[in-house]
Amino acid sequence: MMARWSARTVWLAGLGLLAMALVAGSAQGAYAISPAQLWHVLRDMVGGSDNPTPEHLVFVNIRLPRLLLGVAAGAGLGLAGALMQGLFRNPLADPGLIGVSSGAALAAASFIVMGNLWFPDLPRALGSWTLVSMAFMGGLVVTFLIYALAQSQGGTRMGLMLLAGIAVNALAGAGLGYLSFLATDEQLRNLQFWLLGSLGGARWSAVVLVGAVVILACGAGLTLARPLNAIALGEAQAVLLGVDVERTKRWAIWVCALAVGAVTATTGMIGFVGLIAPHWVRMVAGPDHRIVLPGSALLGAALVLAADAVARTAVKPAELPLGVLTAFIGVPMFLFMLRHFRGRV
Amino acid sequence: MQAISSPSVAWPRRKLLLLTSCAGASLALPAWAQSGAKPRRIVSISGAMTEVVFALGAQNMLVATDTTSLYPEAAQKTAKVGYMRQLSAEGLLSLKPDAVIGTTEAGPPVVLDQVRSAGVQVELVKADHTWAEVGRKVQVVGKAAGLDAQARALQARLDAQWAATQQQVAKAARKPRVLFILSHSATPQVSGGATAANAVILYAGGVNALTGFDGYRPMTAEAMASAAPEVILSSTQSIDAHGGVDKFWQRPELALTPAFKRKALVTMEASKLLGFGPRLPDAVREIHEKILLA
Repeated sequence: MMARWSARTVWLAGLGLLAMALVAGSAQGAYAISPAQLWHVLRDMVGGSDNPTPEHLVFVNIRLPRLLLGVAAGAGLGLAGALMQGLFRNPLADPGLIGVSSGAALAAASFIVMGNLWFPDLPRALGSWTLVSMAFMGGLVVTFLIYALAQSQGGTRMGLMLLAGIAVNALAGAGLGYLSFLATDEQLRNLQFWLLGSLGGARWSAVVLVGAVVILACGAGLTLARPLNAIALGEAQAVLLGVDVERTKRWAIWVCALAVGAVTATTGMIGFVGLIAPHWVRMVAGPDHRIVLPGSALLGAALVLAADAVARTAVKPAELPLGVLTAFIGVPMFLFMLRHFRGRV
Repeated sequence: MQAISSPSVAWPRRKLLLLTSCAGASLALPAWAQSGAKPRRIVSISGAMTEVVFALGAQNMLVATDTTSLYPEAAQKTAKVGYMRQLSAEGLLSLKPDAVIGTTEAGPPVVLDQVRSAGVQVELVKADHTWAEVGRKVQVVGKAAGLDAQARALQARLDAQWAATQQQVAKAARKPRVLFILSHSATPQVSGGATAANAVILYAGGVNALTGFDGYRPMTAEAMASAAPEVILSSTQSIDAHGGVDKFWQRPELALTPAFKRKALVTMEASKLLGFGPRLPDAVREIHEKILLA
């Protein structure tokens, strides 16, 4: 049996993995950019260039924002997954449980299918800002609904929240089903692509917005590490230890909702990252949230970058849906880890 | 050489020479040949526009097409950039195209913006299911390929075919009630107004049996009975998806329609029927003749 990794090892390994994924992602793509050309592009970016080459334009306007959006998306999803598993004290919890993903999906689907009836003049295409803001609002509204349903005697009851979450998610699923029944062939295709997730719509404005939300979420999330460690012993124990449990729950839920809402609204559904990244970190480093939270964010980012590198290159010049690949790449590795560390699960 | 290099007479004569040689070249050669031997590189993300490229004999310029470009068969052998609504910016740019052509249905818009900002000409034709749409496609392909004259000649040929078809349709004594069924997926869909199928039915001298809504709706038995179509129009792909004509007529929704008694079914390959490409005059004439006989 291997020794548990220390916090420092996890940080180093996580950052190393992320750096490797970034370098590999920079060099990979449908548009061939050789390492020498990449070096020139990077030098021009620092020094400025009057006459950008096509490689420069492709890298700066398309590949780099996409890589950074991937980092933000993966970090947001990984962190949110770790927060939810800590809060629910349940290894099956994932960010979807508080309704943010299904809410975003339902809002996006409503907009894709009914948008031309409700808002005939707004741009409705995949990646348009109206679709992004609708999806973001949808995620928050559904999370608020589930949160409100879980209130009892002045506190949030996690058991109630779990059940309310499952019920409301089922309702949103039925809504999605109904919308896909109403949808035309084209709308159905759009909806399907949205549900499978993609970083293809990455532009700098989106990177800045999602990046800012995820950085704030990570900052806020890390302050919750100690209270979550206490809650792991049971809510009553945490209260005895002087933890404001109610405040921790509120913060964890809203940090998760904002991060996942912003990510999902811009990229569509990227499944599985939020579920497996925290498990992975716990397997190697134990359950301390001071390690699990940052570790999950780093690992999530690396996982999304790796999956997207395959999505961009496997069937070039076309592209594979990202949500499919996060599962295809993540699950086998996860199962391997599960067998390897089976004593610690 | 010495004579034209003397300053007093050199300029006007040289200019003249340059002008005449340019004019001569543009008459003699297609545009791409003027800018050196390298043909232009075109990516088509519309099945109909791919057909136009082939009709203009410019297939050597076609570096890639989308998944809806199925005709002619050679189009299926080009590199594929995926589904027209889910394009990849880097994927498109990796083909180093001079022009990307398609309809306004192509997307996502962010990706097309990125392709534009990399300096590639992106030309999108508005898809409104009219004969003018075909003309716009021919014009845009002609421009992108640098074959404007050939495009005008093709347009003239198509216009003549279209006029003949429309004359033939105008002479028809009756307008059959036609209903279009699309069932590439599990639930068959029927076409109301504002669809390509609706436009083809009207152009072919039919009446769309279903009115009062736009787009496609799932087919139900009662709606079919009240629509009372005399002829069912469908794509060959839809019939294949059902497992053949006999299986198709076994659908319970069809049993109460006038078309069922005579088994009046007209089918055509989907890209020809609904693509609004250069085969539209042929398609409309064929549909017109078949719905009158059915």
